[in-house]
Amino acid sequence: MSNFTKKQVSDLVKGSLDWDTLHMMLSMPKDKERYANYMSVLQDQVSWDDKIIMAFGPHLYLAETTADKSLVTKCSCGHDFGDYRSNWKLNALVYVRDDEEKMQEVYPKLMAPDTNWQVYREYYCPTCGVMHDIEAPTPWYPVIHDFQPDIPALFDWLDLPAPVNA
Amino acid sequence: MTIQEKINGAGTRPASLLPSGLTLNDHRNLILKRTEETGHYNGLETLEFKESDPIGYERIFSKLRAGLVNSREVAKKIAASPIVEQEGELCFTLYNVAGDCIATSTGIIIHVGTMGAAIKYMIQNNWESNPGINPGDMFTNNDCQIGNVHPCDIATIVPIFHEGNLIGWVGGVTHVIDVGAVGPGSMSNGQIQRFGDGVQITCRKTGVNDTPLRDWLHESQRNVRTPKYWILDEKTRIAGCHMIRDLVEETVREEGIEAYERFATEVIEDGRRGLVSRIKAMTIPGKIKTVAFVDVPYAHEDVAVPSPFAKVDTIMHAPCEITVKPDATWRLDFEGCSRWGWHTYNANPVAFTSGIWVMMTQSLVPTERINDGARYATEFRLPKGTWTNPDDRRTAHADAWHFLVSSWSSLWRGISRTYFGRGYLEEVNAGNSNPCNWLQGGGINQEGEIHAVNSFETAACGTGACAVKDGLNHAAAIWNPEGDMGDIEIWELAEPLLYMGRTIKTNTGGYGKYRGGLGFETLRMVWGSADWTMFFMGNGYMNSDWGLMGGYPAATGYRFEAHNTGLLERISEGKSLPLGKDRDPGQCELEKHLGPDAQVKRDKQCITTEAIFENGDLYLNYLRGGPGFGDPLDRDIADVENDLNQNFVLPAFAEKVYGVVISQDKDGAWSVDSEKTVLQRGNIRQARIARGTPTRQWMESERQRIIDKDASVQVQQMFASSFYLSERFLNEFKTFWDLPASWELKEEELGIPMFGAKHHMDLSELPDVHPVIMTEQ
Ligand SMILES: [Zn+2]
Repeated sequence: MSNFTKKQVSDLVKGSLDWDTLHMMLSMPKDKERYANYMSVLQDQVSWDDKIIMAFGPHLYLAETTADKSLVTKCSCGHDFGDYRSNWKLNALVYVRDDEEKMQEVYPKLMAPDTNWQVYREYYCPTCGVMHDIEAPTPWYPVIHDFQPDIPALFDWLDLPAPVNA
Repeated sequence: MTIQEKINGAGTRPASLLPSGLTLNDHRNLILKRTEETGHYNGLETLEFKESDPIGYERIFSKLRAGLVNSREVAKKIAASPIVEQEGELCFTLYNVAGDCIATSTGIIIHVGTMGAAIKYMIQNNWESNPGINPGDMFTNNDCQIGNVHPCDIATIVPIFHEGNLIGWVGGVTHVIDVGAVGPGSMSNGQIQRFGDGVQITCRKTGVNDTPLRDWLHESQRNVRTPKYWILDEKTRIAGCHMIRDLVEETVREEGIEAYERFATEVIEDGRRGLVSRIKAMTIPGKIKTVAFVDVPYAHEDVAVPSPFAKVDTIMHAPCEITVKPDATWRLDFEGCSRWGWHTYNANPVAFTSGIWVMMTQSLVPTERINDGARYATEFRLPKGTWTNPDDRRTAHADAWHFLVSSWSSLWRGISRTYFGRGYLEEVNAGNSNPCNWLQGGGINQEGEIHAVNSFETAACGTGACAVKDGLNHAAAIWNPEGDMGDIEIWELAEPLLYMGRTIKTNTGGYGKYRGGLGFETLRMVWGSADWTMFFMGNGYMNSDWGLMGGYPAATGYRFEAHNTGLLERISEGKSLPLGKDRDPGQCELEKHLGPDAQVKRDKQCITTEAIFENGDLYLNYLRGGPGFGDPLDRDIADVENDLNQNFVLPAFAEKVYGVVISQDKDGAWSVDSEKTVLQRGNIRQARIARGTPTRQWMESERQRIIDKDASVQVQQMFASSFYLSERFLNEFKTFWDLPASWELKEEELGIPMFGAKHHMDLSELPDVHPVIMTEQ
């Protein structure tokens, strides 16, 4: 088992980790301490105090609020998407590329899907405009609830106390 | 784990092949029973051999694994087919008596499962009594109803004996260039049923006393277009199998039969535990939902099929719910998949589940120790009647990969969310590209011989972006982790097609903070052929990959072919020629170098059937890129500058998608203005907020479209076929959109043929046939 420093994990998150260390991370058994280091690195990146429990994306977190220890999905800008058990996308802004003109804003002619078959749905943060996710389904497709973590089971695996409201 | 149906076969009992006196089927059923009762392979709650003699255990493993890898490297030199010799489309695997994989070579390791299924089929259908299983026998299988991926993967299976007792099996597989399907090439389309999908051999005894039978040699060679390659491929498989059989015999001599047999069981329980410990070390327990699609555009005039009921546009639908359980086993449930169809993209459950291990060796279990143990730690559910578990024995499978690679791309995304969530960013992969186009065709080649081709340049598509770096350009394909695009010179020997150019394909990697790897394009001019046809095979109207966490999907495909090009005249007149580099397909660059009477097809119809190509005609082989990761506005400015200067992205899309403010110097080099870019990116974020709609508000308008049945026929057909097969999917759909209880959508409303929807006949309905079932359905 390898151990990595908080600095190395911070470089990993920034995308600036040297290849030798990155290769070691890939090839060696996983370091259980990664979780604590990673949470600490992520916490340093945000200006708010709610405690980050997990990352859903580069700008999207599961956080335990300081106010009442409820668990919410939260943007790096501080925007609160509500209870983590519900799908954050339903509280986001969506922009649907559903015709050729909108598709050609992102891909050259002939290199984007035909919108009679498939559309792009871009989900933005209503406060800061970060794009948290893009779905590429057929028209009519229900909004996908990507991930519903089992927090108590994870903390059991990590041998750490679980958040009280998990 | 999933315990399969147990068949207690009647029939004549020959003298047992095992010291226990049991039939092979009873032996296998006992293993399954012990596994079911204890949760450990064959009831092994402790690994006695490994724990008491770890060095002996490792010695056997290392010897077998090294021998498997070495046999593959040696055997592939025998083959003449560039698919095998250049691309490494072969694999050798060692099995225990029950047909469970102990260890495998490198290569197309999807066949760990498919050859195992063939062995299990022989066990379950009493092959030991008829045709008999003896030392020196060889069996050949490529039957897709037994679990093979597609008919062109031919497996040779050899039993291994010690002092008169069966002690295991070795299987070798190669991807042959042609199996005599209606369409030439190994993954052709045009046929829509098994009865046109090429020769299919069902675990047939094709050799005795280590010698192929003459009737088999004569029959098989004349059933394919490329007999020279066929014969050498078979010699490759036989040589590899026999080398591995020798290796096992040597191991038994050195280590003793008892140690070998203990090893052959324990190693599978060890593999099962290996997967469980990796799941626990890397993922997050919980539920992950994901979905994939790909287009089947068969209504188009350039798709010629024999039966009118196949002339419909349809969409493959593969939703998946992954449950990572607190005990660190997992379940993958594909409830809601669409129906199988009249095309060559259907898949057997074994092909589907076995292929998943090819993916997982690239992240979750990146170890040489992959074996059947991983399967015993996994529950799969593939509902009967869907494209990946057809309930009809007529289905064609020649390009099952069209659907398989598409559905698997979503699994990368799903599992990557759990790696990302707890900090293993290095393991994240936004997905796999759709490794296509498949350039295929045939006729009379430059040697004057009957020939077929399937260009495996697909083996080097762009890979998906990681959470810490870009995907690799023109690097790999999901089905073979050791991808190689092959040498131009070798392809020009194998195909009557000259290279006009081979270039990285601009704008094909999905955009993102880290972009997907780019694909490449080769422009081929037909030369030296006679009576030649070609066709296209890939995704066009749809993406099968998506981006991850704000990244974009890769570009979709398009088709370019040109006839009556005037190129031979232009060459003799010394005029300009099209040299590939179709960087912006809207600009029609290639057409600028063709004669005035050229007939060009430039469109999104990326599946076609045989079209006539004369010498001098052009075919653009566009190999796809991979999907991106993260919001493109977070992409490092220097990286965008590099993308521009390497022609990885067109300037207009660097500006619009990456939000960079750019300028070009007098030498054509691009540079990005950092300060202006920061401002511009802020403006784009504000523009997003301005154009976005609250999701719940948008859902109101989408709901109305559903009530109005406002969608293309192919979209409605996809939903109707999934609704018919899955009440659960229908109910979830209606609940999500809050549709009235009376709302329904049936295929009958759509005015298209629906052969196979209601009336079908499964393989299991044939007399004396006991299919091997290893997944819930
Ligand atoms: Zn925000």
